[in-house]
Amino acid sequence: MTTVVNDLDAAVEGAAAHLYVWALKDIPRDLRDALADACGRETSVTGQRVLKTILRNVDVAEQERNLVCQDTGIAVYYCRVGEHFPLHPARIYGALKAGTERATVEHPLRSNTVHTLTRENTGPNVGFRVPIVHWDFVPDSDGLDVKCVPKGSGSENMSFLKMCVPADGVTGIKKFVLESVVGAGGKPCPPGIVGVGIGGSADYAMHLAKEAIARPVGTRNADPLVAELEGELYELLNETGIGPMGLGGDVTVLSVHVEHADTHMTLNPVAVNYQCWAARRASAHVSATGSVTYERDA
Amino acid sequence: MATHEVTFPVNDPAEILKLRAGDEVVVQGHVIGIRDRTQIRIFDQGVEPPLDLTGAFLLHTAPNVRKIGPGRYEKLCIGTTTSARMVRFTEGLGAQYGVRAICGKGGFPDEAIEPMQRLGMVYFAIVGGAAALETTQIEEIEEVAWEELMPECLWKFRVKDFGPLTVGIDAHGGSLYRDVQERALKKLEDIYARL
Repeated sequence: MTTVVNDLDAAVEGAAAHLYVWALKDIPRDLRDALADACGRETSVTGQRVLKTILRNVDVAEQERNLVCQDTGIAVYYCRVGEHFPLHPARIYGALKAGTERATVEHPLRSNTVHTLTRENTGPNVGFRVPIVHWDFVPDSDGLDVKCVPKGSGSENMSFLKMCVPADGVTGIKKFVLESVVGAGGKPCPPGIVGVGIGGSADYAMHLAKEAIARPVGTRNADPLVAELEGELYELLNETGIGPMGLGGDVTVLSVHVEHADTHMTLNPVAVNYQCWAARRASAHVSATGSVTYERDA
Repeated sequence: MATHEVTFPVNDPAEILKLRAGDEVVVQGHVIGIRDRTQIRIFDQGVEPPLDLTGAFLLHTAPNVRKIGPGRYEKLCIGTTTSARMVRFTEGLGAQYGVRAICGKGGFPDEAIEPMQRLGMVYFAIVGGAAALETTQIEEIEEVAWEELMPECLWKFRVKDFGPLTVGIDAHGGSLYRDVQERALKKLEDIYARL
């Protein structure tokens, strides 16, 4: 679907509003395939029961045009801004916020955002520094790629950071991911995507873990060493027997995605950010002239 | 593993005692929606709940609803939240109010096993995130109390064929969550030896 709006603010706002609701209702093909594969190889009775119910739920959401999960989450957007895109990021942020608010009011969607100290609701899924936006800037481009990932609290609560020391090595990283996923048990709605961020600094490792969960299911890191770690962690995590919804079984995770940054010689940070089985995401490309193209598989 | 159909509220404790961890259950009758703030009000602020919870099935939820009149709401999307945050209310719900079943996602930690056995209660695991399906199994929102806690009110839903649920913790001291964790921790020792 392509729409053309002359006002770029309005184009970005419209894209944000559409992406938020679309992501909540219609989960991507790669995720549907991964869930169907999981159902095919799960051998435990409880695991089969859970996965069949998940697949039935995805179909019911489509038939009833309802949300896949009631947790409309916290709206997270990933923006890749071309250096020649005519709208400044300050204005892009305003448009994303307006779009989130509009989608919440018009649908209507449950408003989850509260003040951290008073716990009072701050409005239609917007508040101080909410929605959350990840920024990336792209040379030689005049477009904007925007991806919406509504992040549920059940999985976000299962986020973990450890400042391993260099002597812990890669083994320390693997152990921390394993103990995090086992400790989380059924709480983050497994089987989902385990996002792992390594290197950088404490805050940047978690940022990278969040970037990792936004990738399509089963994509591999371009760095062969990191890709190998993804494959090994996937196999090991599925040996733990946590299973669908933590009730025991063969399929504990659908995929492991690792993102990395180089780090200080005395640092070895590892962050885990879990994404539930309903790994919702939806993307669009906004051109410099305000034409919006929605992309299912990005 | 057996399959059962249970209608709530239950009068006969035998209805709960026949359920074993791992069994499949489909629920009929009435379900009471409850969440963090609802239970903080009952137990930490000492306010008596305006709905009868005797023999009840409680669901950990904060539904998406649309107001259609004074005290009346229609369902939009109703799903289930993580239970572990609310485990400390288990004893009070059973001992003071006669609650028989608590349903949520992700399980209860081991501290729930003993009070559930002593008080004849069960924990039902629902499939987290499967809200579209769950919404079709809720026929009507019959009552709402404490609307000022929206959406964490006390809700009374009439359900039909609610499930499938899995008995996560039974009234005989059995817990799937404890068993799965124990096996996983043993497995981790094997894995660590290979790393």
